[in-house]
Amino acid sequence: MNPIRVIESRTVVLPRENVDTDQIIPARFLKTTSKEGLGRSLFADWRYDSAGTPRPEFVLNQPATQGCQVLVAGDNFGCGSSREHAPWALVDFGIRAVISTSVADIFRNNALKNGLVPVVVDAAAHQKLLSAPGAPVRIDLESRTVTLPDGSRASFPIDGFARYCLMNGVDELGFLLSQGEAIDRFERSR
Amino acid sequence: MAPRTLFEKVWDAHQVQAETADTPAVLYIDLHLVHEVTSPQAFSELRARGLGVRRPERTLATMDHSTPTLPSGADGRWPFADPQAAAQVQRLEQNCADFGVELHPLGSPRQGIVHVMGPELGATQPGMTVVCGDSHTATHGAFGALAFGIGTSEVGHVLASQCLLQRRPRTLAVKVDGTLRGGVTAKDLVLAIIARLGVGGGTGHVLEYLGPAVRALSMEARMTLCNMSIEAGARAGMVAPDDTTFQWLAGRSRVPSGAAWDAAVARWRSLPSDPGARYDREMALDASALEPMITWGTNPGQGIAVTGRVPDPAAEKEAAARASAEAALRYMGLRPGQAIAGQPVQVVFVGSCTNGRIEDLRAAAQVLRGRKVQTRTLVVPGSMAVKKLAEAEGLDRVVREAGAEWREPGCSMCIGMNGDVIAAGQYCVSTSNRNFEGRQGQGGRTLLASPYTAAASAVAGAVADPRPLLEGR
Repeated sequence: MNPIRVIESRTVVLPRENVDTDQIIPARFLKTTSKEGLGRSLFADWRYDSAGTPRPEFVLNQPATQGCQVLVAGDNFGCGSSREHAPWALVDFGIRAVISTSVADIFRNNALKNGLVPVVVDAAAHQKLLSAPGAPVRIDLESRTVTLPDGSRASFPIDGFARYCLMNGVDELGFLLSQGEAIDRFERSR
Repeated sequence: MAPRTLFEKVWDAHQVQAETADTPAVLYIDLHLVHEVTSPQAFSELRARGLGVRRPERTLATMDHSTPTLPSGADGRWPFADPQAAAQVQRLEQNCADFGVELHPLGSPRQGIVHVMGPELGATQPGMTVVCGDSHTATHGAFGALAFGIGTSEVGHVLASQCLLQRRPRTLAVKVDGTLRGGVTAKDLVLAIIARLGVGGGTGHVLEYLGPAVRALSMEARMTLCNMSIEAGARAGMVAPDDTTFQWLAGRSRVPSGAAWDAAVARWRSLPSDPGARYDREMALDASALEPMITWGTNPGQGIAVTGRVPDPAAEKEAAARASAEAALRYMGLRPGQAIAGQPVQVVFVGSCTNGRIEDLRAAAQVLRGRKVQTRTLVVPGSMAVKKLAEAEGLDRVVREAGAEWREPGCSMCIGMNGDVIAAGQYCVSTSNRNFEGRQGQGGRTLLASPYTAAASAVAGAVADPRPLLEGR
């Protein structure tokens, strides 16, 4: 995983609440045995009609949102199933951070493993972002802040270990494997 | 020692390393359940790093999500939805063979939905930590285990290290007083709880279900209750083990026997929360006041009594909630204020890890017996063991004579990635767990309900209160 310190991008705004992982990537695309190429199925049922033609009204199909790396979404983003295909699809599409007022637990864990930064802000900051689609934002992991469209900054909580892993490109499995002796001891003690 | 909750006891007993400000806890996992959809990339990661499975004997695999529920042909071939699904199942077989993991493949006598199979084998036991690359792992909390869903990266972590890095979640006590009335089930109870908490209300928490109404539930019903904890956003749901739990487990293939069984039961009896144990949050509900529930919207929190009316989004105070309710009604093609009973439906699905166990099939059969269905109706046992038992009881005959389809075990129409789907625009009363847009097929509309309500709706061809049929009216 590449280290991440700052993400600067314009935002794409999807104001819906409770965007579930079945919307992020429908189950029929989970028959793959690889992580690759899932970006084309991101939000498939909102992005394409039944014939597979892009729906021009859907925000990710609009020219102005092309290349945006920060998704601003409604409350409780990523609820539902544990499919890691959801962050795989977002990252493959080019999204590097999701900003919301809350992010579902399993989705957050999965996102962090894939360098997708979950940014949880308060309602006031969220409102500023929702009302300014396409505005440039700057997410700084060092200071745990996001610079809002009006120039003000909002802080966001992020677990210290998760932040360390993101900023240093450390993967958790490596850390777990380094605990081998402690795990051995634990197994012997039971 | 200060009084502890059930959750705290299980958590404390599995900490290889306690959490600090800088690092999460290293949590030991007793049982890792594996299926074909969320494991292939994890096994690929092990291969890429030259790692093995640390504890194959703590790892148990089956195939359920992308498997067909129509029987194999005379040539022994299964009617997979497409070659990709077949390839995914083959990949699991290969991975289990290469890494020495016990697999219950399609057609074998113990195969089933992973959350039905685990408990049946006695693999799920009180006080364990249980994980699976599936959010409905919460099901196993019915036994007083700490059980939660994980992503594929974490599946790899557990395969390689038998551990996970976790921050300690908060606790939420859900106290249910009173008694469920006739025709009202654990499914109705959990839909009522989620309607109250909201789909994000349990985020960051482990729920513990308490109170006389929970004590009175069978193990099957407790599994239904815990199963949908994730639909309130909770990491897990738990019920303290008791004699109901021990009786259900006794004699199953993976539980100890003889003196070891007695020792295990004695240990399990120390698991329930101590008097005076504190929870971060509490909520209370009166089971006696509940009616059969059904959802009208596109998330499991949008539920009402089956005798109720579709709510008016205009009554929502917050703009975002109003927009969300309006979008749900648009998708569902329902009108504010309409009675939900009587809404025509074209499909009924009885099955899934929520309601695919023997009691659920008995409930459906009780309603279907001697009646005819007006909808396309699928009844899908949760496992081969459930199927065999149901057939011994003649439930398959009742289902077929009513004009419904009796299928092979699997996730089927709950996830719609195996060939079992509803068509765009169709309404389906489903005993599964998610009514998300397109969950059961692109453009399909799902109404979540109990097996009683689903079967009654199949008979009526429209959403129906099951109680008149159950009372012989």
